[in-house]
Amino acid sequence: MENSLYVSPSPHIHGGDSISKNMYGVLIALIPAFLVSLYYFGLGALIVTWVSVVSCVLFEYLIQKFLMKKEPTICDGSAILTGVLLGFNLPSNLPVWIVVIGALAAIGIGKMTFGGLGNNIFNPALVGRVFLLISFPAQMTTWPLVDATSAFPLTYTDAATGATVLSLMNEGISVKDLPSYTSLLSGAHGGSLGEISAFALLLGFAYMLWKKIITWHIPVTIILTVFVFTGILHLVNPVSYASPFLHVLSGGLMLGAIFMATDYVTSPMTKKGMVIYAFGIGLLTSIIRVFGSYPEGVSFAILIMNALTPLINMYVKPKHFGEK
Amino acid sequence: MLRTFRIGGIHPPENKLSAGKKITALAAPKQVIIPLSQHIGAPAQAVVKKGDLVKVGTLLAKAGGFVSANIHSSVSGKVNKIDNALDTSGYRRPAIYIDVEGDEWEESIDRSVTLVKECTLTSKEIIDKIAAAGIVGMGGATFPTHVKLMPPPGSKAEIVIVNAVECEPYLTADHSLMMERGEQILVGLTILMKAANVNKAVIGIENNKPDAIAKMTKLAAAYPGIEVMPLKVKYPQGGEKQLIDAVTSRQVKSGALPISVGAIVQNVGTVYAVYEAVQKNKPLFERVVTVTGKALAHPSNFLVRIGTPISNLIDAAGGMPEDTGKIIGGGPMMGKALISAEVPVGKGSSGVLLMKREESVRKPMHDCIRCAKCVSVCPMGLNPAFLMRSTVYKKWDMAEEDHIQDCIECGSCSYTCPANRPLLDQIRVGKAKVMGIIRSRKS
Repeated sequence: MENSLYVSPSPHIHGGDSISKNMYGVLIALIPAFLVSLYYFGLGALIVTWVSVVSCVLFEYLIQKFLMKKEPTICDGSAILTGVLLGFNLPSNLPVWIVVIGALAAIGIGKMTFGGLGNNIFNPALVGRVFLLISFPAQMTTWPLVDATSAFPLTYTDAATGATVLSLMNEGISVKDLPSYTSLLSGAHGGSLGEISAFALLLGFAYMLWKKIITWHIPVTIILTVFVFTGILHLVNPVSYASPFLHVLSGGLMLGAIFMATDYVTSPMTKKGMVIYAFGIGLLTSIIRVFGSYPEGVSFAILIMNALTPLINMYVKPKHFGEK
Repeated sequence: MLRTFRIGGIHPPENKLSAGKKITALAAPKQVIIPLSQHIGAPAQAVVKKGDLVKVGTLLAKAGGFVSANIHSSVSGKVNKIDNALDTSGYRRPAIYIDVEGDEWEESIDRSVTLVKECTLTSKEIIDKIAAAGIVGMGGATFPTHVKLMPPPGSKAEIVIVNAVECEPYLTADHSLMMERGEQILVGLTILMKAANVNKAVIGIENNKPDAIAKMTKLAAAYPGIEVMPLKVKYPQGGEKQLIDAVTSRQVKSGALPISVGAIVQNVGTVYAVYEAVQKNKPLFERVVTVTGKALAHPSNFLVRIGTPISNLIDAAGGMPEDTGKIIGGGPMMGKALISAEVPVGKGSSGVLLMKREESVRKPMHDCIRCAKCVSVCPMGLNPAFLMRSTVYKKWDMAEEDHIQDCIECGSCSYTCPANRPLLDQIRVGKAKVMGIIRSRKS
């Protein structure tokens, strides 16, 4: 007994938090959005998400095992999360083979090239999505139409397609023909499979705040920035610029602000840094949406600010004790 | 709204298993080992030699410098030898071994339990008496108390703050002392106020000890200038700078002393020792120690003679449990893992914590995911993840720029890290290195 004591420096207790707890916490927060997606997109949403998750986990396993030659860490939940988030950023009628390519880009290029979880500069799921958006622009921008009357439609690549709110806005359709706010909140409108219901995403946000997985700084700042910026434009010229409410509730803004921009690894560490980063995302998103040729800009905005995160971390230090 | 410190902090499970247990005096062992370094600063110089007969309270060693403290015998008997002994620091350092014979006390010590309120001594006389009694900070930092009471020229104390926070999980020594020796603590505090020439004092107690708050508030009503302040439970509120911030809303600047904001902080155990030294002529040779652990049969608060082997305390609390994996001197957040149960109790030993084998092992670490949880819990407003990185890559200038030397080693970062990174282990290494660089630059 005497000679078998453990000796280590303090602290001698640990709070029990772990990487996997946080990852699975985010996955739980994504459940409401997934259920909404299943309701409106049915089989297609299930297939795309499922293929995305399975291929992300598989690619992570294969790369860690055979290329990096180390113990695979697929159980930490981070590859599953990347898979779900990638799937949520894709149209529900995307063919399986394209989803698999997206997963390879996300895990292979976005994550493992840099050394795996914790070392990547860019949000892996967004790397996958943008890779597909540039490689397969046609498939990536035709979204299945939502038939609000039937729950869990058994359609996949055969689903009827149509435009989204943002593409309508980009083409200059008059504001009258755009979907109502209630359908934007509930999800009864076209779009990537996980982004349609602002309400379901906000529910996930509330859960993550409650579980202290993330803080409010990034999502709230992004949404406020977009709201203020597009609001000013709308006030200046209500005919050509859509209402800020429409901007905030449509496209990938909620999904991006709540789930993608808050990725631990690729966002700043201080509260002040988070606000600067989130302001940048909000501003870039608005500029791309309003003035750019792409109807949606959240993914690009987040990736650009991801690239600036190391710089923000270097210059924006936490306020230390005793500092005025 | 209860007050607390304003940056960071955590709330680990309190596990105060020995709360409410009466303080029991432990009989002196057959032999005590009294280390000559039980305080921060120079080791004391022995004034006895092998074969000398000593009584309880006899001076064994004189302070070895300005920042140092006298050491007295905790037993009566014969000096066996002066030799190196393993102590709570984990090192072998000089100590005086005394074989116990009987229990004869120095005549000058007042052993009665009557409360002596009156104190007619001057500030200087009080400080001299505290120095003579060898009193040091008993919360664990063991900084000589008389030095704290002598502010450097140009600074003036405005308030004495009593640290009765006991924010470490498991420990209840201070709590039990307040419940049983409340009056003495208050008299001790008035003496300290007199010594520091201030007329205001605050006793900070965390809100998880409502009985102590109620009792001390009631007693303090009779002592003008003393306020009992309940504080919101948050670790590390017992940190000196954190407690001052919680009580006065003043933040001590990087590298500055508490006196720079007019505060003198003393642990409640120290205040009690001051009472005994000044009013009862009793030097510091015994203290209250919490002995605790989830597998221990009888978690207890013992009044222990300094130099008693920790194994005696464990036996008195029901014996060492079968699956003990770690023995900690102090609390689980800042205590030191002991390499043997035979090390002696020192002036700074606030507790002995036995951890089960399965609680004792750390989990494997992963790469940093920059979740920034360490940043949000750091009570000094540092970025522990970056400080660890600077240390690992030996970027000492970066570490210094990021204030690594301000780290109080509370362990909140390592406690919180979801990737189980040994943040504090590395920061300690970096901090020692950077402080060395700063010192060599000054000289």
